[in-house]
Amino acid sequence: MARKMTMTEKILARHAGKADATPGENIWVDVDVLMTHDVCGPGTIGIFHQQYGKDAKVWDPSRVVIIPDHYIFTANEICHRNVQILRDFVREQGIQYYYDPEFVKNEPGMPNPYRDPTKTNYKGVCHKALPEEGHLRPGEILLGTDSHTCTAGAFGQFATGVGNTDAAFTLGTGKTWLKVPPTMKFTFHGQIPPYLTAKDLILAVIGQISVSGATYKSMYFTGEGIGSLTLEDRMTLTNMAIEAGGKNGICDVDQKTLDYVKARSNRPEWEVVTEDEGAEYCYEHEWDLGTLEPLVAKPHSPDNKDLARNCTDVKLDRAYIGSCTGGKITDMIMAASLLNGHNVKIPTFVVPGSTEVHADMQRLNIRGELKAGDEKSIQQTLEDAGCQVGPSGCAACLGGPADTFGRLNEPLNCISTTNRNFPGRMGHKEAGVYLASPLTVAASALTGHVTDPREYVSEPIATGTAGLV
Amino acid sequence: MQTSIRGKAYVLGDDIDTDQIIPAEHLIYSMTDPEERKLYGKYANIGVPAGQRGLPDGNIPFVEQTEGNSVSDYQIIIGGKNFGCGSSREHAPFALAEAGAKAVIAEFYARIFYRNCVNGGFLVPCEATQRLVDEISTGDDVEVDLAACKLIDHTTGKTYDLKELGDVKPIIDAGGVFAYAKQAGML
Ligand code: SF4
Repeated sequence: MARKMTMTEKILARHAGKADATPGENIWVDVDVLMTHDVCGPGTIGIFHQQYGKDAKVWDPSRVVIIPDHYIFTANEICHRNVQILRDFVREQGIQYYYDPEFVKNEPGMPNPYRDPTKTNYKGVCHKALPEEGHLRPGEILLGTDSHTCTAGAFGQFATGVGNTDAAFTLGTGKTWLKVPPTMKFTFHGQIPPYLTAKDLILAVIGQISVSGATYKSMYFTGEGIGSLTLEDRMTLTNMAIEAGGKNGICDVDQKTLDYVKARSNRPEWEVVTEDEGAEYCYEHEWDLGTLEPLVAKPHSPDNKDLARNCTDVKLDRAYIGSCTGGKITDMIMAASLLNGHNVKIPTFVVPGSTEVHADMQRLNIRGELKAGDEKSIQQTLEDAGCQVGPSGCAACLGGPADTFGRLNEPLNCISTTNRNFPGRMGHKEAGVYLASPLTVAASALTGHVTDPREYVSEPIATGTAGLV
Repeated sequence: MQTSIRGKAYVLGDDIDTDQIIPAEHLIYSMTDPEERKLYGKYANIGVPAGQRGLPDGNIPFVEQTEGNSVSDYQIIIGGKNFGCGSSREHAPFALAEAGAKAVIAEFYARIFYRNCVNGGFLVPCEATQRLVDEISTGDDVEVDLAACKLIDHTTGKTYDLKELGDVKPIIDAGGVFAYAKQAGML
């Protein structure tokens, strides 16, 4: 009888043209999609030309996706030049999927952000743009020159981050070598309660196993609790697999996945892969969603877990809602529903994860429905509560150039929906970043100290059609 | 591959992430332009908090921030657990190599950093069989003997075991994944 396999093992085996892929084995696999952005793209392109020659061609221009997102709204001219390097490469290679920030010109000064998020080629953060633009499908292998490429595992595929050299190698060959990882299984029972989001689940996991607990391993998230999450919330979970050192994070495929991918995918075919009953795991842990409480990760590590209600004496200077982890439309709805009708006490910066999220923030109400004429949009609700909404992109999630929106240029205490709080991650080396769910961040913005969102949320928050197709 | 690497040790702690090795604001420089790429060497390890720079005493810059300098006095980095965690930026091992580092010895690595060291051919990432952060001091004269899998601290006269490089040795020997694939007839 054939060995029982995990989803990750099956996907890797199929892409290596083998019947089996055993943990620890090194295999060469075919890559379905390779993604790069403005930080690692120029370096990758440099190595590509160095190694394959200046007339070299990429292995398949329809499988290379380039999404500038990191250093877009900055006056830094080296950043403008780097976007231009991407443009030149796209033209030279005939790359099919490129999302140009057309307002970034090779000239001095801060680029003028898009006026209307529905009328720009620019997409915002790559990990949010990838599914929106139809680049994710169950059963496929995605490589990206960004550690949060693991986000795509929410769609039942194998996705992992690589460096420039690896990406350049794949650009020329369509292949890469991978060591088959053993799988850790995380099961969540019950339904997601109104005061939790997937951010609390992943902080619980990382707090349990530490920032290196999943090093060289695959993280499989399963159980009816995961089924009860929106697809966007599952992305929050897989997004932070890397914060535990994971090679990839992966979720089962269900109707929610299929509906989304059918509506969006730019390729008609894919093969859903399922976990074999009896597959082997190197670690297993179970949680009951009914007993989990809102969490924070205190400075300076994503595994420095504590209950939000234990940290009420932590005074905050700033709140930040954004990034590929916490800048999706459902995150915005969570925050806006909690903030609706209140006023924030501390400066609160909001950065939509993508221009589609930004557009949805303007056309939907806080229940995630198309808003009626006189009804407030999500963005209006946030602004009326005193939040500042900036243009989509990575912004202050990774600090970036000093003129970046929301960047911590001083040693402030900030509560944030982002994914990392290592020293200096959001700018200043002595700043203290508390990672939390959009609900906990919004509740804390209202009080100016770390606050358990149960003080504000008791009813389930409807997200309507937001983040669906 | 050379079988022995000798130089001065620079000791760091646990969970040294890539934002500390090369902060995001510096990721913008060209990695191919011969002048601009030197900035990666200049700013290598600049994000490590002062007290953690060059253990056990701290406050020792990896690269002296003097005009025009982009080279470190230290060639061998000693780290603790989970070295190179965080982002996938290849700029991290690249920056260390630009500053003149040749090898890192850690208890264990974050996966992508390790892979980048190997595939890019930037640094030799060795794993120690014990914690060295509390044993070796910044500035010690150390030697990595790759053939014997030993680390010798010539300052203290002590010798430590390193793990075998294992599966990745052929790629390190070749000098990176491109050279390896060419040798193997794949390219
Ligand atoms: S939003 Fe933050 S974590 Fe996500 S890709 Fe951008 S910099 Fe990385």
